[in-house]
Amino acid sequence: MPVFSYFPGRVVICLDPIVEMQKIMKVYPNGIVANNGVDFSVTSGEIHALVGENGAGKTTLMKILFGIEQPTGGAIRVGGDEVKIHSVAEALQLGLGMVQQHFMLVPSMTVAENIVLGTEPMKGLLLDKDEAVRVTQALCEKYSFAIDGRSRVGDLPVGDKQKVEILKVLFRRARVLILDEPTAVLTPQETEELFRQMVILKEQGHTIVFISHKLREVHALCDRVTIMRKARTVGVYRLADISIDQISERMMGRQAALEVHRTPAKPGHIRLAADNLTCVSGEHKKMVDGVSFVLRSGEILGVVGVEGNGQKELVDMLTGETDPSAGTVTIAGINTAGKGPRSVRDLAAAYIPQERMEVGIAQDCSITENIASYIYRKPEYRSGPLLNWRKLAATARRMIADYQVKAGSEETAVRMLSGGNIQKVIVAREFEGNPGLIIADQPTRGIDVGAANLIHNKLVELRDAGAAVLLVTSDLAEVMTLSDSIIVLFGGRISAYFPDTAELQENELGLYMLGVRTMSEEEIGRCRHA
Amino acid sequence: MHKARSWLTKNFTVVRLAAAVLIGVLFAMAVITLISDDPAAAISKLFTGPLQSKRRFGNVIELMIPLTFAGLSITVMFAANQFNMGAEGAFYAGGAVAALVALNMPLPAFAHPAAAILAGGLIGGVTCLTAGALKVKWGTSELVTSLMLNYVMYYLFKYILFTGSGLKDPDCGYVATYKLPGTAVLPRIIQGTRIHAGLIVTALAVALIYVYMKHTKWGYELKLTGENQKFARYSGIGVGGVILASQFIGGVIGGTGGAVQVLGMYERFQWVSLPGYGFDGVIVAILARKNPLFVPVAAFFLAYLRIGSDAMSSSTDVTNEIISIIQSIIILFVSAKVFLEAYRQRMVVKEAVEHE
Amino acid sequence: MNEAMSYIFSFGFIHSILRVTTPILFATLGSVVAERAGTANIALEAIMLFSALGGALGSGLTGSLWIGFLLALASGLLITAILGVFALRLKADIILSGIALNLLGTGGTVFIMYTIIQDKGNTSSIATQVFPNWSIPVLDGIPVLGDILSGHNALTYLAFLMVFLVWGLLFKTRLGLRIRSVGENLHAAESVGIHVQRIQWLALLISGFLTSLGGAFMSMGYMNGFGQNMVSGRGFIALAAASMGQLHPVGGMLAALIFGTADAVSNVLAAARIPDEIVKMIPYVATIIGLVAFSILTRHKEQRRRQVTKAKS
Repeated sequence: MPVFSYFPGRVVICLDPIVEMQKIMKVYPNGIVANNGVDFSVTSGEIHALVGENGAGKTTLMKILFGIEQPTGGAIRVGGDEVKIHSVAEALQLGLGMVQQHFMLVPSMTVAENIVLGTEPMKGLLLDKDEAVRVTQALCEKYSFAIDGRSRVGDLPVGDKQKVEILKVLFRRARVLILDEPTAVLTPQETEELFRQMVILKEQGHTIVFISHKLREVHALCDRVTIMRKARTVGVYRLADISIDQISERMMGRQAALEVHRTPAKPGHIRLAADNLTCVSGEHKKMVDGVSFVLRSGEILGVVGVEGNGQKELVDMLTGETDPSAGTVTIAGINTAGKGPRSVRDLAAAYIPQERMEVGIAQDCSITENIASYIYRKPEYRSGPLLNWRKLAATARRMIADYQVKAGSEETAVRMLSGGNIQKVIVAREFEGNPGLIIADQPTRGIDVGAANLIHNKLVELRDAGAAVLLVTSDLAEVMTLSDSIIVLFGGRISAYFPDTAELQENELGLYMLGVRTMSEEEIGRCRHA
Repeated sequence: MHKARSWLTKNFTVVRLAAAVLIGVLFAMAVITLISDDPAAAISKLFTGPLQSKRRFGNVIELMIPLTFAGLSITVMFAANQFNMGAEGAFYAGGAVAALVALNMPLPAFAHPAAAILAGGLIGGVTCLTAGALKVKWGTSELVTSLMLNYVMYYLFKYILFTGSGLKDPDCGYVATYKLPGTAVLPRIIQGTRIHAGLIVTALAVALIYVYMKHTKWGYELKLTGENQKFARYSGIGVGGVILASQFIGGVIGGTGGAVQVLGMYERFQWVSLPGYGFDGVIVAILARKNPLFVPVAAFFLAYLRIGSDAMSSSTDVTNEIISIIQSIIILFVSAKVFLEAYRQRMVVKEAVEHE
Repeated sequence: MNEAMSYIFSFGFIHSILRVTTPILFATLGSVVAERAGTANIALEAIMLFSALGGALGSGLTGSLWIGFLLALASGLLITAILGVFALRLKADIILSGIALNLLGTGGTVFIMYTIIQDKGNTSSIATQVFPNWSIPVLDGIPVLGDILSGHNALTYLAFLMVFLVWGLLFKTRLGLRIRSVGENLHAAESVGIHVQRIQWLALLISGFLTSLGGAFMSMGYMNGFGQNMVSGRGFIALAAASMGQLHPVGGMLAALIFGTADAVSNVLAAARIPDEIVKMIPYVATIIGLVAFSILTRHKEQRRRQVTKAKS
């Protein structure tokens, strides 16, 4: 059935879809349903956007298409024929190519070497380097990429590295290119250049799937958009027919209310103050750009945004893991910027890290040993240098009961617990002893509803007892139910501040999260005084 | 069947250890069968030799002592996730310094060996600390530096003891120092054997290290640092200091082991080559699975095998170096994560299915 | 002492440096290739011991140089294969496996030697064949160069030739490109369909081959026969040299030459009145100093790079 597609000034008539994914199911062994009967189709020669919140299932869907993951159910058709894609090699054979968020390049080798890796041209027994360079140059000319095949990949700026990744898939004759959040790591200028390249690729007959949450970009570049939410497809539209606000609305949807009781906050003195925090990445991109706010005891301040907008870098600066490129962090009156995690810990700050396994626990140690890390210095658990393991074990047992951790005993290795239970152990540990400041980074991501509820209620409990809570999350329901006030991060800056969340709607929040709207300096400035 | 299976899955690492040891021993038995004219005699001597006389069994205990020290030393150092192999150098230096103190510092009975052992421990500590410090400060590979330091310490103290300090006994038939004074040597405590008071020091060391690692806050910080350094840092632990302390302590144990060995088993200092206990410490530590209380058990086991193989080599045609083959096989199989892993998975699945 | 000093500044001394560096160089190249593929080969010491023994026994018992040589290579490759099986297939920690094999090296070689020729100390009872020294015709006549470069053992020339060949392998062939990609970014290699484990195996075997040549030289060129523990830590010195040489064959060669110099100096000073043991310490102390210097330099480079990022913010 012919499908007409508009692009300003051109009418492109396509026949059948080049890629069709039907009723794709993907259920992970731990029970998480990433794709729940997803339909997705792309027609030849279009730039097709795939949008959705974090966890909506878009990356999983494309990983299935590219052979990195296997679907639990459903069918894939390429060029009309049903196919099974078991590996990346097979996907490449079918003309599919994906450029992922984390680059897969070898820094010490040249652009040409990276591109031909795996299918290197040979001259007798030796590599034909000249041929590799020649082939690279030919590709560059065809697609108007300005890259020198002989330059070392490690020396290239991020934008050029991404071009190399694109060239890699083009070299393998990909007709359909999948780009996963390509502009996340690019400066505005590099983004413009990328868009130009996309248009040239399209003119050469390629098809592009553009995964992104940046709606302005999607609207500027793409022909059609598929919106995903909670592991399903919510709609497919031509971008000419739908506004950004409407896309945003469909992306966010209505959030189910969480079972949390929250009375109005009674904020006290300032517990944490961030002043002009800036963080510049290795590639000279400002990941956090002049963020300032205050957090008082007895309140929960939510920091919400789509992942990749500077949250990670902000948290790292607040917890002492990285030194800010500029700005200060003041906890209980003391400037901790640049002093390392110990200084933050000493000021009675609790931290629930995003990377649970890498930073939050010691996998092979028991629950008791893991919870001890926050309290072992306290006098009630020690007699001189000796630790009172019996008391620590008793405390562990109490925590297991309080937080309903499903574990054999307090001596079980943490590695054996499910994700939700591991998080409960971390939370139990951090909340022990009533910390004055709590920094919670994606505290309920990927864990079951029961555990999430428990953690939410505990946070409110502690707030009522006077703790200052910074809740960094990309979960809208969570942030809206728990927070007294909300800051929205977009592009490393605060794009909105809501001192009162009572009347706030998801849609409105969504618009600020997606960069569609930004508040005035004045409105944002209120969060510095709160 | 259920009970056996669930016991197996819970204690799987012990099962793997036993399997690795079994394979090592079986392989050795196969080799013996191939090369010996009387394999039955050789194999029986290997396994029962140490039990055939009080003296022989005494040898096992005597050998257990330095192996325990070495095992403890490696256990502590590896606990910080550092592959510090300096126990050998610490051992040698410890023995040498103890001999120096014994020969040069006249002291009354109890104080003399105590001072010598203390001095030996200290030099051992310095040896291993050096490799650790270079790693913490500049990221230099502790594996290579510690191995180099072994040689450095060996040559340095060999020179000092046999050449530089004038302590070499010209009247002695073999290369050795003067006789160590009676006040310094450790007395024999069990008649009919050479088992010496060092056994008491060993027990003390095991107890101390056990308490250190399992019951003090330093031991806890050490464990966390070794298990997940990032996590330790986030918990506010000074990771660099922990590493330095652990390497020093491990070295002190190694040095103490050398001192105890020299003062307990010898009349003179006569180590003209590296005794090798430091390297044996690796296998003892691996068998003891990082638990200080199991170190003497593992040391006993290894000592038993060693004396058995000595007995075998003195009365049959199989030489005792076969023990190094057994040791290597055991280490290789124990560290192979995939070894028996498929088997374990099947057991876990079977158990899970049965529970439904 | 004076004689020693004057010898050190003679050309004959440089000749001996090249000779002494040979085994270290082979092992260094072995380490370079293995490390480049991300599979650290710590078992160099053991490989050299076994290949040295294999060469001594093989040529001594058959009277044939080439059988000895082949046995040397086979022995070393066997040890390498064991390392590969445990580290690559059974997923054992590759460092621990290397340590285990090194522990096997000292005792295992004595065991085999005793079993075959009933001697625990050395193979002097059999006549190990030795690789010949070659005088290079034209070069011999030239005064300075001739003294330095001519008259070396065949394997010495092979060692320095290997530097060039390893360089060619790593940077000019397809296998070398793949080895480097596997070592630097496993995922990049996988994403283009490269069979990672196969490349790692090849790299290890090449590493074992090169190291075995070093062992063969020890008993069939440097010395005449196998002696207990004759490798004396050269395998570990080679690890340091490879590191210092930034995993580049030429860099490794230069580092190996530095350690060879220390070794040669210690040989010379042994003849002088300087105590034996102090002299023997020199190569090991030199290694530590070299490694530390290298680490300090690397740290400074990293720090400077991080400062640039901060400054630009």
